[in-house]
Amino acid sequence: MGNGKTKVIAALVENKPGVLHSVANMFRRRDFNIESITVGPTEQHDLSRMTITVNGDEKTLEQVVKQMSKLIDVVKVSRLEPENIVTRELALIKVNIPDNKSRSDVINCVEVFRGRVVDVSPQSLTMEITGTPDKIDAFLNLMRTYGIMELARTGLTALTRGISSIKIDE
Amino acid sequence: MTKMSGAKALLKSLEKENVEVMFGILGGALLPIYDHFCNSKIRHILCRHEQGAAHAAEGYARASGKAGVCIATSGPGATNLVTGIANAYMDSSPLIALTGQVPSTGTNTSYIIGRDAFQEADIIGITTPITKHNFQLRTAKEIPRTIKTAFHIATTGRPGPVLIDMPKNAQTEITDIDFSNGIQIRGYKPTANPHPLQIRKATELLAESEKPVILAGGGVIAANASTELQKVAELLLAPVATSFMGKGCFPETHPLSLGSIGMHGNPVANKMLCEADVLLAIGTRFSDRSTGKLDSFCAPSRKIHIDIDTAEIGKNVDVDIPIVADAQKALKDLYERLAKLLKKKKISPWTKRIKEAKEQLNPPSKAGSKDLKPKALLQELRKLLPENAVVTTEVGQNQMWAALYFNALKPRTFISSGGLGTMGFGFPASIGAKVACPDRPVVDIAGDGSFRMTEQELATSVTEDIPVIVIVLNNSVLGMVAQWQRMFFKGRYSAVKLGSVPDFVKLAEAYGAQGLRATSIPEFSKAVKKALKSDVTTVIDVPILLEEDVEPMVPPGCGINEQIGDY
Repeated sequence: MGNGKTKVIAALVENKPGVLHSVANMFRRRDFNIESITVGPTEQHDLSRMTITVNGDEKTLEQVVKQMSKLIDVVKVSRLEPENIVTRELALIKVNIPDNKSRSDVINCVEVFRGRVVDVSPQSLTMEITGTPDKIDAFLNLMRTYGIMELARTGLTALTRGISSIKIDE
Repeated sequence: MTKMSGAKALLKSLEKENVEVMFGILGGALLPIYDHFCNSKIRHILCRHEQGAAHAAEGYARASGKAGVCIATSGPGATNLVTGIANAYMDSSPLIALTGQVPSTGTNTSYIIGRDAFQEADIIGITTPITKHNFQLRTAKEIPRTIKTAFHIATTGRPGPVLIDMPKNAQTEITDIDFSNGIQIRGYKPTANPHPLQIRKATELLAESEKPVILAGGGVIAANASTELQKVAELLLAPVATSFMGKGCFPETHPLSLGSIGMHGNPVANKMLCEADVLLAIGTRFSDRSTGKLDSFCAPSRKIHIDIDTAEIGKNVDVDIPIVADAQKALKDLYERLAKLLKKKKISPWTKRIKEAKEQLNPPSKAGSKDLKPKALLQELRKLLPENAVVTTEVGQNQMWAALYFNALKPRTFISSGGLGTMGFGFPASIGAKVACPDRPVVDIAGDGSFRMTEQELATSVTEDIPVIVIVLNNSVLGMVAQWQRMFFKGRYSAVKLGSVPDFVKLAEAYGAQGLRATSIPEFSKAVKKALKSDVTTVIDVPILLEEDVEPMVPPGCGINEQIGDY
């Protein structure tokens, strides 16, 4: 795989068992690499939406999209162009808090990043932060000075801007 | 709606798909279904190994153009099908694989899916990367629609294998079955019609071309597009090379035929492809064995690529004009446009060049040689067989000699394991082909190593009365590997000598087949004639020299224009 930028693919897939397996299997078999994947239901109960980020050059990406389209349970695949999409990721971060000064510093940082404190204990703070992956990276860099005890990131999810959307051809 | 068991619904659904024959082996998880074969119109051919059943079904499919059906029980029965399914996937053959499975639900909760029950294997997980699609039934009600959908997927677009896993409870369940449910698959719409703009561009490029070459692959056979191909070639006076899988889609005795390309391709085909200014490739995936080193593959030419599978466009070779379409439809459209543009093509310098190259690189064989060389043997075999005889091959030297020296004249008459290179494919495939074409001779060109991998199907061919002819080019060695050890490993033979066992004549006789041996061309000719008259399977053992190489050859890592050795 070439050293390209991270690209975003969105897919509408049948909401039934085994579909995630066949998509993941195709990536493995063709020697493509999934950087992150999010899957969830859509407004249509029988369809799920996958948002997959992939690192690779143009040719690789073209093959990823074509090979995904070939899977019978994948109903629609679209490459999302970075300039036309809104992207979000959510992270839950548990930070070590040795003293009161650290606690107030961390809370200040959370406010600057428009995050929220979701759990407090005498020695820790747990926060949620939502945003682009870059914003979350920046926040995590700040938190490392205090000591990150635990971290969970959802991976990127995305929608196109404006009224356009991924539609199934009827 | 009628009340019936899932097992009966399955047989009925298969009958509705016009299935006439199935190849398989039963087992515990299939007993309910096999109970219904007794009163079904479908012929069941009991094979001796599930791999044989899968290859036989593929041989049937490729000879007939219909989907082939194989069936195996849960666990080891299903896993034994895997090589055959992978073979059909690589060679894009329409195959339906039915597997028994332990129940998905039931009162005996240690005997259900997911509990590591007796003869349970996750065949869905195992076959996901080697099937076009697979299904696991849950209830009897799903059966009619699932079967319809499976046949639709297997036989349309780029054909391929589809597996249906059938838990035992879905077979035994008695319920109201509705056969009128239609197919519903929104994620599958293969493009069949070519884009008119792309056809126009291709036509213009071809009309301007001074040195056009056509490369036709297995897709031309799958799309039944041989007639259309020949019309386009003759109109353009463009020579036609085929991929190994395309062998037979264009008569190899036609003046415009170059033979097949690739590692052991015809030198004329390899050379002319590299001299072309425009390459029209149809239904081929540019496999590594066809193209050799990619940088030098037809480097100077502009390329048009017609394929039904979008993912094949640009996968290995970058093309100038992609056309995603059914090969027959695209060639028809191309012909119609070209015919308007080109009134009559005059004999050009290119036509002369092709003729010269053929005379130089494919010199006629010396007449009268009685030596039992593979080349002479295969050319003799062509003379002995009618045009419509079906030939299958095993894998290795026998296969490459057949590719080089046995002229295929009609589509679906040359059946071989191209992509996966499965030793043991040819013999069971010949049985399947014979079932599809009972009135035509079917011959498996074999090596001793490959034939031994599925020779147990001799029992199938004898007991089921399916007479075929097996020609064993017997060098008592794994010939192709031995050749590579001679050429690239300083002649150190490692683990390739098979010994002179068994005696293939006696082996054939042990199974109730006819065993013959030939040590010269006249003897071989006599043996084949005898076999053609026989109503039982014949094995012809033909001892050949261990040192016999397949030449010409493109050494690994080289371009197809860097072939060594003479034709």
